Amino acid sequence: MFEVIKGALSLGLLWGIMTIGVYITYRILSIADLTVEGSITLGAAIAAHAITRGMNPYLGTLLALFGGMAAGFCTGILHTRLKIPALLSGILTMIALYSINLRVMGKANVSLLRMDNVYTVFENLGLEPTWAIITLGAIGVVVIVCLLYWFFGTEIGCAIRATGNNPYMVRAQGINTNSMIILGLVISNGLVSLGGALIAQNQNFSDIGMGTGSIVIGLASVIIGEVLFGKRNFFMRLISLAFGAITYRIIIAFVLKLGMHSNDLKLFTAITVAVALALPMIKDLLNPPKIVIGEGGQDA
Amino acid sequence: MLRIDGAYKIFNPGTVNRKMALRNVSLSMKEGDFITLIGGNGAGKSTLLNCIAGVYGVEKGSINIAGIDVTKSSEYKRAALLGRVFQDPMMGTASDMILEENLALALRRGKPRGLRWGISNKERETYRELLSHLGLGLEKRLNVKVKLLSGGQRQAITLLMATLKKPKLLLLDEHTAALDPKTAGIVLELTERLVHENGLTTLMVTHNMRDAIRYGNRLIMMHDGRIFLDIQGEEKSKLTVEELLTRFGSASGQEFSYDRALLS
Repeated sequence: MFEVIKGALSLGLLWGIMTIGVYITYRILSIADLTVEGSITLGAAIAAHAITRGMNPYLGTLLALFGGMAAGFCTGILHTRLKIPALLSGILTMIALYSINLRVMGKANVSLLRMDNVYTVFENLGLEPTWAIITLGAIGVVVIVCLLYWFFGTEIGCAIRATGNNPYMVRAQGINTNSMIILGLVISNGLVSLGGALIAQNQNFSDIGMGTGSIVIGLASVIIGEVLFGKRNFFMRLISLAFGAITYRIIIAFVLKLGMHSNDLKLFTAITVAVALALPMIKDLLNPPKIVIGEGGQDA
Repeated sequence: MLRIDGAYKIFNPGTVNRKMALRNVSLSMKEGDFITLIGGNGAGKSTLLNCIAGVYGVEKGSINIAGIDVTKSSEYKRAALLGRVFQDPMMGTASDMILEENLALALRRGKPRGLRWGISNKERETYRELLSHLGLGLEKRLNVKVKLLSGGQRQAITLLMATLKKPKLLLLDEHTAALDPKTAGIVLELTERLVHENGLTTLMVTHNMRDAIRYGNRLIMMHDGRIFLDIQGEEKSKLTVEELLTRFGSASGQEFSYDRALLS
């Protein structure tokens, strides 16, 4: 039991980083960006390529971050400059990345067994492997959440948030919405790719198929986080993404324990997301929102 | 302050839906001019405003704002010179962001945005002060998401945002059309006060003839993509709705048929 939760916690933290990336496009920019399916694998591929060639795993992981940013940039250019719809732009980059990822890895699956990775440092400090992952994952999540909380409070960050909300208004305030969309996609896919690199080093291999369905897992985590852990303020929202990803992993671990065949996992995830997306509606149906009007017509 | 020379705008060129929305429109505004722009549906009022703002480019002709040729520059670049309020109260503000964030976005119009914090404490004081002048109690609601405010409040906020950083030209596109008469009146009074206090050069589209006559120092009427009437000075101040209708008839060779304008 404890082992299951520990495993879910470690995996959830790593997927949490990816989830934060998905959140930036899905909630902040209001774009369902399918690039992530390719950029998560790209991160894994770059890290695997770097590590198998004896590069420092931290440097390899950093390269994965840059690779994902480049992928996001491509989608951004397709969408803003070439006026291709966002969904299709993401699909195009995702498909292109399939070939690129094969090129980077050289084959469909690269093993990282018995090679030093980013977690080795923590294991050398005497931490048990899973705790090493949890430690690094938690540090990663906290650092990224703090950085993003700061960034989205700056002038540029505010401009990105406003762009996802009302692009007409943003242009009228002299902001280039195209640049803001590109920047958002770059940051998002950078994080997704970083997550992919960390996940590959956790599972000790990189596989060409590991990105399949990752957008759905990301969305599931975003929604679970929001539903269970609230939307109080921006900082809590970011933190709740990691909790959402962890909860998702716990759910998966339990259904596997209960005897679900792992081949059915993607079907299960898709249904979970469909239900989760419908949750606000179901909630309203079962329990209509109570409206309280306070003095002076202010919302109580 | 504004000079438009021979502007043409054609929508859907080369298709059956081709529509010439502006036909050889030329207009010159002096600093401090407050023009009310009136005309029926499809007259080209909003198109003219959108062409000035850079939402659309013009097919022919040139647009010059405050001595800068902006004919080819994009919407967001022109925004540095312009303040804009739209017909739809939802369009001028970011509804999921809080009031002070919206104002902070507007305060930085035309300035390069960097990694400085999005709002400073000093600004908040200014916002509170300016909002209290609106008399809508908004100074206490800086942390409220704009989507929770009424259309009239949002339009007042958009107006404040458009003038927060003094624009070279203020463009108002039927900005009271979606409001109830009482709120529309409040917003119009506020408009006049802000225009007067800041000495703003203003171009206001309206469908209301009375408002068009009452506000501003110059009245322009458009029909079928052309400017038909241009009345200013003393002539404008003596203008009546009846006279305006007659003059439009003789200038355009047809009766002004625009129910909404007549009824209001």
